[in-house]
This record gives sequence, C-alpha cells and structure tokens, in this order.
Amino acid sequence: MSAAAKRYVMTVDTRLCVGCKACVLACKAENAVPDGFCRDWIVEDVRGEFPRLSAEIRSERCNHCTAAPCVKNCPTGASHVNEGGVVLVTHNKCSGCKACIAACPYDARFVHPAGYVDKCTFCLHRVRKGLQPACVSVCPTGTLVFGDAGDPSSEVRQKLDTRRSKVNHPESGAGPNVYFLT
Amino acid sequence: MATTRRDFIRIGGASLGAAAFGSGLFTNWWGLDPDRVHDPATDGDRVVPTFCELCFWKCGVLAHVKNGRVTKIVGNPEHPLSRGRLCPRGTGGTGLLYDPDRLKKPLLRRRGKRGEQTFEEVSWDAALDFTAGKLEEIRRKYGPEAVALFSHGYGGSFFKTLMTAYGSNNIAAPSYAQCRGAREVGFQLTFGSPVGSPENLDLSNSRVITLIGSHLGENMHNTQVQDFALALSRGAQVVVVDPRFSTAAGKARYWLPIKPGTDIALLLAWMHVIVEEGLYDRDYIEKYATGFGELKAHLADKTPEWAFTETTIAPETIVETARLIAGARPASLVHPGRHVAWYGDDTQRTRAIAILNALLGSWGRRGGFFIPVSMNVPKVPTPVPAHKPRPAPDAPKGTVYPFADEVLAHGLCDATIPGTGAYDFKGWIVYGTNLIQALPEPAKTVRAIQNLDLLVAIDVLPAEIVGYADVVLPECTYLERWDDVGPTPWREPFLAIRQPAVPPLYESKPGWWIARELAKRLGHADFFPWDDAGQMVEARLAKAGHDVARIKASGIVRGKPVPVTTEDGLELSFKTPSGKIELSSAQMAAAGLPPLPPYTRPEEPASGQFRLLYGRTPAHTFGRTTNNRFLSQVTSGNEVWVNARVAMEKGLSSGEKVVLVNQDGVRSEPVPLKATQRIRPDCVFVVHGYGHTSPRLQFAKGRGLDDAKLMTRTKVDPAMGGTGMNVNFVTVEKA
Repeated sequence: MSAAAKRYVMTVDTRLCVGCKACVLACKAENAVPDGFCRDWIVEDVRGEFPRLSAEIRSERCNHCTAAPCVKNCPTGASHVNEGGVVLVTHNKCSGCKACIAACPYDARFVHPAGYVDKCTFCLHRVRKGLQPACVSVCPTGTLVFGDAGDPSSEVRQKLDTRRSKVNHPESGAGPNVYFLT
Repeated sequence: MATTRRDFIRIGGASLGAAAFGSGLFTNWWGLDPDRVHDPATDGDRVVPTFCELCFWKCGVLAHVKNGRVTKIVGNPEHPLSRGRLCPRGTGGTGLLYDPDRLKKPLLRRRGKRGEQTFEEVSWDAALDFTAGKLEEIRRKYGPEAVALFSHGYGGSFFKTLMTAYGSNNIAAPSYAQCRGAREVGFQLTFGSPVGSPENLDLSNSRVITLIGSHLGENMHNTQVQDFALALSRGAQVVVVDPRFSTAAGKARYWLPIKPGTDIALLLAWMHVIVEEGLYDRDYIEKYATGFGELKAHLADKTPEWAFTETTIAPETIVETARLIAGARPASLVHPGRHVAWYGDDTQRTRAIAILNALLGSWGRRGGFFIPVSMNVPKVPTPVPAHKPRPAPDAPKGTVYPFADEVLAHGLCDATIPGTGAYDFKGWIVYGTNLIQALPEPAKTVRAIQNLDLLVAIDVLPAEIVGYADVVLPECTYLERWDDVGPTPWREPFLAIRQPAVPPLYESKPGWWIARELAKRLGHADFFPWDDAGQMVEARLAKAGHDVARIKASGIVRGKPVPVTTEDGLELSFKTPSGKIELSSAQMAAAGLPPLPPYTRPEEPASGQFRLLYGRTPAHTFGRTTNNRFLSQVTSGNEVWVNARVAMEKGLSSGEKVVLVNQDGVRSEPVPLKATQRIRPDCVFVVHGYGHTSPRLQFAKGRGLDDAKLMTRTKVDPAMGGTGMNVNFVTVEKA
C-alpha cells in the first residue's frame, strides 16, 4: 500500500483507561513540550447521582481531522495535512496568528513559547521509524491503539469494526480521527 | 536544537547555511516541503537500562541519555514488570534527577535546635567523621541497639549491612506497620506465605476481580494495572467495595459503597452465602484446608440481612455478588489489598480475604494467586557479627504482638521517648523515608527526635525529616548509581540490575559509598569487601554464570518459566504448622486471638463529623514525588472530597477553600473542596502526601493538606502491631 493511501487514526478504549496521565507525561518528554503545556490530556466524565454513577475516562488530543478546520483557516499554509492524514504545523511557516486555535473544535492547539502553534503530531517522527506514538507506547492499560485504518489487518481497523465507537463533537463536521471505544 | 522562525531570520547567512546543510535542510531552505517532519530529537545517544525507584515496584526502564543529560525514560520491553510500559511516575524520573531542590552537599547542624535547619555545608570527610564519631560514642555509652535504622527503598540494603556490622537489628520501614504488614500476616497465617511485593496476583487471567478498598488505577503499580486492564479487555467482571467511587469502581459491574470500617461483615456474609449455597471449591478445601467445620459454624449467623445493617449494602446485592464471585472460581480473585493499616483489626480482615480466596480455590490457581519464583544470585560472604543484638523494643513494655515479623517503625519512634520501651534510642539513621509524613502523629515523632544524640538523614531531597537531622548525607538518585542486585519474586525468574545512566550531580554520592565509608570509619570494612558496588554486582552475576556484558546491555536476565499454578502442573504446598490452608487459625488461638475473623463494629463519627479516608493519585508516590515539577504538571495538590449533597447542605461549593479539623482539634492546611457524587455522605477523602512544610522543598511546600497531621489517633492491630489510621474524624470548615 502506498504511503498516500494510509489513514492514521487512534482508538481510545474508555473501558480500559484509568486516567493515569502517563500518556500526557510521555508525550511531554518525547516531544520536549515546554512546562505548562501539553499536547494530550485526560477528561473524566462522571455521570449520575450517588450511588448510581457511571464514569468515562478519555485520553484526548488533536483529532487529525479529515476536513481539518485548522488547515482551512491557516493563512500561511503552516498547518497542513501530512502523511497518513496527520495534521502538522510547519514551525517556520507559522506566524502564530492563532486563526487555527480559534477554528479548532477540540482546543487541541496552543502557542509554543518559541512563537509557533504546537499540538499533537501523532509522533509522526516516531511512526516513520516504525515506532508507536509516545503516548501509545507508554500506556500501561493498552487504552491507546494507533495505526492505519485503511489497512484491514491493522489493530485499529479491527477495533473500529468490532467495537462501538464515537468521536468528540461529530457535529463539527471536521471528520475527527480519534475514536473513543465505549 | 529548536530554531524558531524569528531566530532563523536573525542568525543570518553563513553559519545557518552550514547548519542547514549539515541537517539536510539545504534542499528545502525555508522548510516549505510539507513532508518534512519535525523531530524533537529526544532519543538518547546512549540508552541505559536500569530500574525505577519512583515507587517500590522496581519496573525496568530505559534511560535515554543525550549530551550527558537524561532526556526521557521509557519502559524496558525486556523487563517483566514493565513490559515496555510505564506509569506516569516512572516516566517522570527526570523530574527527580533534575529537581533544583536536591540535596547537593553534606550538611551539618552546628548550632540551633533540631528542626531549625541551621545547617552548614561541610565536606564529605567532615560529615562522615562526625557521623561515625557519634555512632561510636553511642555504641560505647549505650550499646549498638540504641541506634535505629529507618529505611525505605532499594538502596537501603547497604545501610542494613552497616547496621548488622554495627550491632543493631533495629531496622524498620513504615511500609510494614503503617502499610501492608497486616496483609502479609493474614496470608501467612492462612496459606503459610505472604503476598509480598510485587503481589503474586494472576490478575490478567482472572474472570472476576474483587477490590476491597484497593484503588487500582489510582494506585499505579504498573504491572498490576496492566494486568487489571488486560483482564478487563478479556471481559473480566469487577466488583468494587469502596466508600468512594474510585477509578476502578467506574470499571465495575458492581460498586458497593460500603460504610467505612465494616468490610469484615461483608466478607463474612459473602462467605455465608458461598458456604450455605455450596458454591465453594469443595475438592480444593477437602484436599488442602483445615478448619472448614469451625468456619461454617462461625458463618452460620453472618447472613446478608445481618451484614446489611452493618454495611448498608442491600442483602440481595450481597447474594448476587457472592454468586458472581463464586461463579468464576478458581479464576476469581479477591484482591488482598496493599495499604491495609485501616482499623486495627486489619490482620483479621486480611485473614477473612484469605479465607474467602481459599473457598474460591484461587491460591495457586490460574486467574488467582500464582506461587512466585525468583532467581538467586550468590551473596558476598561477610563476617558473622561478633555482637548478638538485644531484641527490638518496638512494643510498649509488657506488650507482645505475636505475629509481628518485622520491626515496627512507629514502635521504634515511641521507644525513643525515654522510658517507653525496654531500652531507649539515642541515634536514628533515616534512609529515604520521610518519617514526618510516613508515621501517624507527626507531633509525637518530633517529640521523640528531641531525645536523640544523633539523627542522620540520607536522602535525595530535603523532606521534612531531613530538616530535623544533625547531619545530612546527600544521596544521588537511582539514575546515578549502582545498587545491590537481588531476587524479585514473580511469576517467572529474573534478575534486573540498577546501573547509573549519568554520573552523580553536585556532591551527591551513591548509598553504597556512604554506607561503606561509615563502615570503614567504624572498623567494619570487612562487611563491604569490595571497592565499588558496580564491580561487586558484576562479580556476583559472573559467579552465578551470567553473561555480565549482556545484562548490562539489556538490564535484565530472565530464567526459564516454571509452573506457578496448578494449571501449569504445580503441586501446592503450604508452610503453615499443619501443612494445610488454615481456615481456622490454631496459631491465632494459641496467641489468645480469635481463630476466625470476628466482626467489630467501628466507632461512629459524632454528628457533623466525617471519617477521614485517604489514598493515592496516579502521578505521585505519596510525599516522595510531590516536589517533582515534571509530575506536578499533571497533579499539583490535593482537595477534600465531600459528598455533593452534604456540601450543598453546608453551603459549600467545589473549589472553595476548606479546613479539616480533627477530633483532637488539629487543623489542616486550607485546600479546595471537591463536592462530588463519588463519595458517601459519612466520610471525606484526600490524597496522601501533600502539605509539605520543609522550606527547602520549594515547589511542594504549602501545596495541599497533610493528612498524617490529622492522624492523632491510631488503632493498633493486636496481632502484628500495625497502626490503623482510618479511625480519625474531622469536621469541614470554611477556610
């Protein structure tokens, strides 16, 4: 399969996630994310009233949307779609105007102290070396799975085909590529 | 190097051109090629395998070292406890290594009172000479037993050797009487083996997992959480018994929000149902156990209806969960707990858990408890100490804790107050344990300290206890040192090494060097018959026939798997006096204690009071890591969990600062309230390990509240002397 046909996605198994935030810290270490910023984060959604409660824990990040509003709204072309549909920001093309931050339905972006807009890259620098993204690699519960949804033999494809899943803000029309398994 | 767009313009032609050429950027001068992917370049030019010390689980890690700095720490895929994955704490080891508050030079208190922190920086020679001189003086005046060692952590082994040489067996860790001791005793009495650490749980193969106050997922023992998640992914059912809707409760089919302190009633009622309905493993019990008749009689009146009035758990829920739990046996695991120092009847509660597991036939079975194995390595021969130490005076005069098989840390502390124990203490060596937060009643600990002639603190960070020391010996972190090598009991035999990734920063030194230097000065060099711990470890591994170069490269040597459950072909045996599982304990009876776990109704909080419960947060190992700035980016303080309805009735809302005031009038630091549906109305919950007061912990100081301070009462376990700490009551006041 050619590189162009790849469609990188991530599945997040909310039944397994304990919200430990190892993903957040592994990402920070791998990507040298400056203090006070993070590219992924944990949402704990507890519903109901004592004692009838349910909880969903989600490890969230950039959704690398298929129709990414950030890319559409970037005036310089810094935000672009790279290999496998991964949305990246070319640092030295970014003017830090924040149009993408306003456009992102997921609040996935921030201004790096060096002046460019930063966010999750699906660790494409690792993926190109045949490694998993840092968050996937560290996750003690196996909550996170990354891969090519276009490859029928991939674990993500199998998860998507056999488990119920949802995305955050489907109404945005952005076509998010991070799927939460429920 | 991260070059920003603005830098790029400013740097200008020549030098940049060279840099760009060198990095392959020359072909796309402005980086406009969209396929270029920025590499943060955190991969090390060296990768050093070692094992973690952010908690005590000992996960294998790989430290990436670049230009002499550790850039990141990842799991070692070869290591059976990490399997390439890590918890947040292990990931954040660099936050300890590069903590700006680290102890940098030896410190000596020449004036002022203990705790006033009037330290002077001195040379290692001055610090060691002073320490050895004082230790020699105490030994001469009072005998060697007048010195106690408090130790927590893998590096403590060298100080234990030092103590043996010096002549004292008074070596204690709060991890026993203040944590998991009762559990070890409860299981030892029942199965003839403790659970140990890492726990011998075959969780990944369990079909039903029952957690009683065990917060897997908040308590991030890596392998255990991995196995818990594996079990969940394989469809295991979970029963959680907890007054708080824990993370694990969110994964459970049944959450039983039990009234705190009534767990034994629930356990007895579960066993009542399982025995009355004949759901237990009859063959297993007949083959391996004694005392079933006595157990059955003991359970006769422990009906679900009876338990309901104690636990507030509906009888039909008790019956349903009992059937679910028994239905999956033997792959049904009732977790033994880890921190179990709760109510003073903790040995009896863990006995009840052990007996329930016996009824399920889960000990030594797949999906239950495996029988751990370990790989040994020959010891360095050391002399037999000339002196036979007097027994530890760790219980009040006239009191015996019949099953205490380790020295009680709080007992040694109490005995330091003159006249309390069989003899007094004059010196403490404190290695890697912050006794001010690790023991209950910190005011008493401080009082005890004032009776000492010498307090030596060996630590990486200036925890509160360090401030009370006379001499402070700065140890380097686990990433900067060799430690001893020893077996870790697990489901497969392995040996892992701790080796330095980088040299020690500042003037800090490895524990082995500190212990050895003290031993030399005390005339015990023969107990450390080697010059360098790394060489010693290598020599021992070589002697055992291992390929040392390969172990240094991989961090580990793994042995052949052996049977660890009956399903693998293991024959079960039990090291109890009867050679069987002792459902009814003759040993307990002989010690004058109930041979079957009785239920004791806990004391109730007065009107307006709440029971104070405490626990963990995944990114921290109690107070040890709360100064870690890297970890604190995800969790940097604690809050008081209060039932949402109760908070509303009290006119309190989330985020508002509150103070806890305990039954003895001790007030906590003000912290935010968390009004939540996730807790019963009769208790409050905080994460343990905050509320640091040491001014040298510049990040942690003043963050959150210290629950240990509120534990002015404990209930002591008569079987093993553990200090039950869930017996304190607080009111919640607006700050």
